[in-house]
Parts: sequence; C-alpha cells; structure tokens
Amino acid sequence: MNVLVFLIPLAIALGLLALYGLFWSLRRNQYEDMEGAAYRILLDDDIEKK
Amino acid sequence: MGAAPDFSHFVRTDEDGRSRLDLAIDGITCAACLPDIETAMKRLPGVKLARLNLTSHRLALTYDPSQVEPARFTGVLEAIGYRAYPYEQRQVEADEQARFTLLLKCLGVAVFAAMNIMLLSISVWSGQSTSLPPETRDFFHLVSAVIALPAAAYAGQPFFTSAWAAIRQRRLNMDVPITIGVTLALGLSVYETQHHADHAYFDSAIMLLAFLLAGRVVDQAMRRRTKTAAGNLAALKGENALRFDGAEWGLVPVAALATGDRLLVRAGERVPADGVIVEGKSAVDESAITGETDPKPVEAGDHVYAGTVNGEGALTVDVTAAGHSALIDEAARLIEQAGAARSRYMQLSDRVSQLYAPAVHLTALVTGLSWWLFFGASAHDALVIAISVLIITCPCALALAVPTVQAMASGAFFRSGLFLNDARGLEKLGEIDTVVFDKTGTLTLPQPGVANADEIPADLLELAGRLARSSHHPLALALARSLRAGAPLPDARETPGQGVSAPHEGGEARLGSAAFCGAEPLATETEASSIYIRAGGRVARLSIRQNLRPDAVKIIEHLRGAGLGLHILSGDRAEAVAPVAEKLGVADWRGGQKPAEKIAFVEALKAQGKKVLMVGDGLNDAPALAAAHASISPIDAVHLTQGQADAVFLGDRLLPVAAALAISKHARALMTQNLTFAIVYNAIAVPVAMAGQASPLFAALAMSGSSILVTLNALRLRGPGKTVNLLAKPLRDQP
Repeated sequence: MNVLVFLIPLAIALGLLALYGLFWSLRRNQYEDMEGAAYRILLDDDIEKK
Repeated sequence: MGAAPDFSHFVRTDEDGRSRLDLAIDGITCAACLPDIETAMKRLPGVKLARLNLTSHRLALTYDPSQVEPARFTGVLEAIGYRAYPYEQRQVEADEQARFTLLLKCLGVAVFAAMNIMLLSISVWSGQSTSLPPETRDFFHLVSAVIALPAAAYAGQPFFTSAWAAIRQRRLNMDVPITIGVTLALGLSVYETQHHADHAYFDSAIMLLAFLLAGRVVDQAMRRRTKTAAGNLAALKGENALRFDGAEWGLVPVAALATGDRLLVRAGERVPADGVIVEGKSAVDESAITGETDPKPVEAGDHVYAGTVNGEGALTVDVTAAGHSALIDEAARLIEQAGAARSRYMQLSDRVSQLYAPAVHLTALVTGLSWWLFFGASAHDALVIAISVLIITCPCALALAVPTVQAMASGAFFRSGLFLNDARGLEKLGEIDTVVFDKTGTLTLPQPGVANADEIPADLLELAGRLARSSHHPLALALARSLRAGAPLPDARETPGQGVSAPHEGGEARLGSAAFCGAEPLATETEASSIYIRAGGRVARLSIRQNLRPDAVKIIEHLRGAGLGLHILSGDRAEAVAPVAEKLGVADWRGGQKPAEKIAFVEALKAQGKKVLMVGDGLNDAPALAAAHASISPIDAVHLTQGQADAVFLGDRLLPVAAALAISKHARALMTQNLTFAIVYNAIAVPVAMAGQASPLFAALAMSGSSILVTLNALRLRGPGKTVNLLAKPLRDQP
C-alpha cells in the first residue's frame, strides 16, 4: 500500500496540470475562434517564399 | 455617398500610439475568406495586425493612424466583396463573455475534482466487499475532503451567488436547494470522515456540480453565439449621418451622434436620429413608426423620428434626446403598463422549484424525526438519513431539465434565422394559440418593391434599376434597392421632379413620370405608385408598393392549418389593409389602429383565455408586443419595438415565425417530459433514501443516470424531429 503515497499525489498533480492548462488557454483566449483555428493551420502565408 | 465616413468614434488608441479597430463583416461564406481578408488588410500601409475571427465574423485591426485612414478598410473590403462596419462591443456582450469564461473555469475545476475523488471513491466502494483496511479508507476520505472542499467553494460560485440573490428577494429558485444539498453533503461527509464512518458523499456533491455546470456552459455558449450574431447585425445596419461640425458637413456613424448635433437628411434617406426640423420642407414616410404608408408632410418645427424615411425635400434636423416626442412617450407609458403583467410570468422551472424546495426539505425533516422518535435510531443516524434524503433529492436532473432544452432550442432558432431575446420567450411561444400580425413591415416587406416585376422584360427592369441609382427620388431609391441594381449608367442626368435620362445603346433611356417618358398615365391610381421607363421605343409601367413577404400566403395557410387563430391589426388605412387581408384569407382584420386600440384588442383576446402571439415591427406595435403573451419582431423593427419582442427574425421571409412556434412547441413538450422524468426519479429514489439505504454508490449512480437521461432527451430537439426539420430549413437567401 505504500505505493499510494506517491501514486495519489501523482494523480492529483497530473489533474492539476491539466487544470492549469485550461486556465492558461482561457486567459490566452484560445477558445475565441474555434472555427478559424481549424483552417489557420492550413495557411502557409507565414512561410517565406524562396 | 461621396465622402468617407468618420469612424473615429470606434477607434481605440493604445499607449504606444497604435490604433485598434474592430469590424463586423458580412459575406463570409467559407474558410477561404480568411486569407483573402487578412492579406488584403495587411497589404495596406501601416496595418500591423489583421486577424479575422471566423466564428464571430469580426476582424480585429491594429494599425498606425498616421499612415492609414480607418475608412480605407471598409472601402478595400467592399472592393473584394465584403460588407464591413465598425463594431462597438456592448456591455451585455462583454458580460456574457465574462460569465461564459467563469462557468468554463468552474466546470474545469469541478471535473478535475470529480475525476480524482471518483478514483478514490471507487476504490473505497470496491474495497468494502474485499478487505480495505479502515485506516486506508479514512485516508482516502481525507484526501477526498482536501480536494472537494476548495473545489466546491470555487466551482459552486455561480450557484451560491444566484441562490443568495434569490433568498434576499425572498424567492426560491432551483439554486437554493442545490446550494443546501451541496453544503450539507460536504458538511456531513467531513463529520463522517472525522468519526471514521463507512460513508462519505464528497463524490456526489462534486459530481452534482460538474453535471450542472456542464448544462450551464452549453446554455451559455449558445446564448453567447446568439448575442454575437445579433451584435454583428446591429453593427452592419451601420448607417451614417451627415453632421455639421460648425465648419463643414462630415459623414459620421449614427452611433456617434449626440443630442444637439445638426444633421442634414437628404431626399430619400432614412432619418438617423430623433430630432426637430430646423429648415426644409418634405414629406416623411412614417410607416416604420405608425404603420401608416401615406407620407406625412413636415416642415420646420416638426419632429421627425429615427427610422422614418425622408421624401423629396432635404431637411436640416437638430438631434433631440430620445423620448422627447409625444409618440415615443406614449408608447413607453403603454409598454410600462402592459409589461407589468408580463413580468409576472413565471418560468416552468421556477414554478416547479417553488413547490419542490419546501417539499424535499419537509420530507427530509419528517424522515429524520420519524427515525429518531419512532424507529429508535440514534440522533446521529437519524440526521445522517435525513441528510442523505436531501442529497438524493438534490435537484440535478430537475435543474438540467430546462436549461439543456433551452440551449438546444436556441440553437434550432439560430439555424432558422431567429434570435431569442429572452429565454422565457421560448416557454411562452410554446403555448401560443392565437397570432396577431401587424401589416406594414411585418406581413409586407419593410422596403417597397416592384409589384409587377414578372410582366416586365428582364433587361428593361435591370436598366430601370441602374437608372434609378442616379436619382434621389424616394421611389427611385426604393426601386434601386429592391432590384439590387448594378452601377449607375454613365452620363445620367436627373431632371428634378420628372425623372432621370441617360444615353443608352445609341438612343436615350428615360425613367420617371408618365409625361417624362411619353407614356399614357393610368386613369386610376391604386394604392401603388407608378414609375415609367422608356428605352429603345419600349415603354413599361413599374408599379411600386409594399409587397407581401414572398412566403406570407403559404405561412399564413400553414398557421391556419395548425389550428391557430389569426388576426391582422394595422395602423394603416383600412383601404390599404383590406387587399392584404383578402389575399391572405384572414377574415378578422382592422385598419387605422392606434397603439392603445391595439393593446385593447390583445387584452380582449387574452380575456377570452387566448394565448396571443403578437408579430409587429412599428413603434405603434411596441405596446401591443409588450401586452401579448409572446412577441416576435423582424430585424428591421425600430429599437424600442425589438426590445419588447421575445424573439427577432431575419430575412425577407415569414417562415421563421412558423418555425419559432414549431420549435418552441416541441421544446416545451421536451421540458415537460424532462421535468416529469425528474420527478419520477425522485419518487423512486426518495423512498430508498428514507429507508436509510442510500449508499454513496447508489447516490452517485442515480444522480448521474438521471442527469444523462435528461440531457439526451433534450438532444432530441437537435435530431430530425419532423416538424422542426420541416420548418427549420436554413434561411440563407437574405440579401
């Protein structure tokens, strides 16, 4: 049962990490444009033409 | 329009000297528009950042104000085929956004906590049949408590504040029993943990919050989407006004107008704000306000109202504060009176919770007392059982029953070209058995159009539209608008009071009065106004009038078939209403109605026990809209009127009105089903809890099972429900 001593904190830490991710993405307005983001990845206007 | 409008009202300047401007954009149909628009903007000198939001159809621009004028942006966008107008975020929208973010954060916290606690709880439950040492179980409970208490304190915020607000107003809403249930469940669990008991209810409390928050997030997301789209529409109406700033006339957005501004309203233009005429003489079409289609002559000293259309003369107008006119004051007073009855309407869920909260709390009390006094349980055990009754009855399914349906219904509304102003409207629309229509702008299109378009050769019609572009005459303006005419002909010349002429295919094309075009005038003028065109030896008469919405006859037929009582109430003259009523086959119609008479009519129907839906757009309809059980306005309606409507519809067709009724009816049925289900669930679960058999496992299963069932039932509104599907075809054909 000693394994619980670090498995439980590990589970909670992982959960907290995901929660931090959610708060971070909300703060950065990542959910502002769900449709645009899907297409934006296909645009290559940020690649310098050679 | 000539000069570019002055958008400085909408521009915000950063501390580092760069300007920011948000534009609402119309005409975005696909993802390819995204690089199109952004590249076009970035090519302009001085533009630092251009980012288009494909969800909200808004473009955020950051630019150097010394290098580029904001009016350039709309000009360039127009050239590549998009209509754009500066967008000003309203407070309501910012609030909705903030609320959405908070709910999402709360949901995140609740889900995180629920996952971790479940991990521990399932170990405890499965350990009961094997051999979990009591020390490990207590340790698990302790860890659960450490996670659950702060998580509940954070994630419960929306419920706690709402419950507190309700109690302070001495009311009960669904959040009151939720708050009590969660608090008691947590309190009892902490106590039990301290006393090394078998059961703790941390998982139930947190899961309850997670489910409820999920329901609210969906609801809020839908509401936010509707608000964004409505905000764009308001911005894209984007009218400009010609204002005198002491030295010269400049074009400014209507939103930037203030009391005391001096405006010039040219012939055929819409009056941008309420005001008093300082100079000029004209006739004003007040149909948007009174429903009367005959223009009213005005001169210096008279009041003109926003939304009315100026006739042939130019007017100089001083803007007065809103609400200074007798007409608007009268309307506002009547709305206030009529609205009082309306605010007494109680939502289905509130009605249920009004009964529910006292009932469950009483049940818990009786259970606890009975166990203690009659069945010889210890005070501690009796208390535990009483609280477990409260936990089991905590209205999870009940609280999800209505919001989930609401979210789905407003989605269905949205797809049918409707915006729900007020969530309560949905329930009220579902009860309607009688519909009262206004005529002008509601059954008919808000803009007059060519009534006999199919009798005229297509090329002649197109020519007429292009000629009309060169004229300022109100009829010509209406003609050009309704034909969506192309560019004006080169070298077109207007002869004031007579018509427009332009060289065309070697000859001359003329558009104007009968005499001007050398045509035989019609002996009897009906309610339509005529305009003539002559080109290449051919002459045609265009009859311009308020046309019925293209599907009005069909929709009225459909509504009658659905068994609804139909009436027409118009402020227009009886002679103008009669042909419309006859064409639509509506037997009960009245013309020349004053706002007070409209209310009286609606009240009389209500007194007969009818649930009346009022559909209207004019200021004169606003009080009747407020008095009716439910109300719908077209998007072209004046502000005051739109504010009274439960829902607003888009486009030229009347279909959304029928769709609104069909969807709401369906939604109301689902709400009732869901509420019934939630009550049946309680009828089964409560006896188990009263018998003292509600283990945490039972509570968790019962709660999530009922919540999921209720949510799935609400999703049926999305699926191919026959009536909804039939009526809710997307309305994409608006200009």
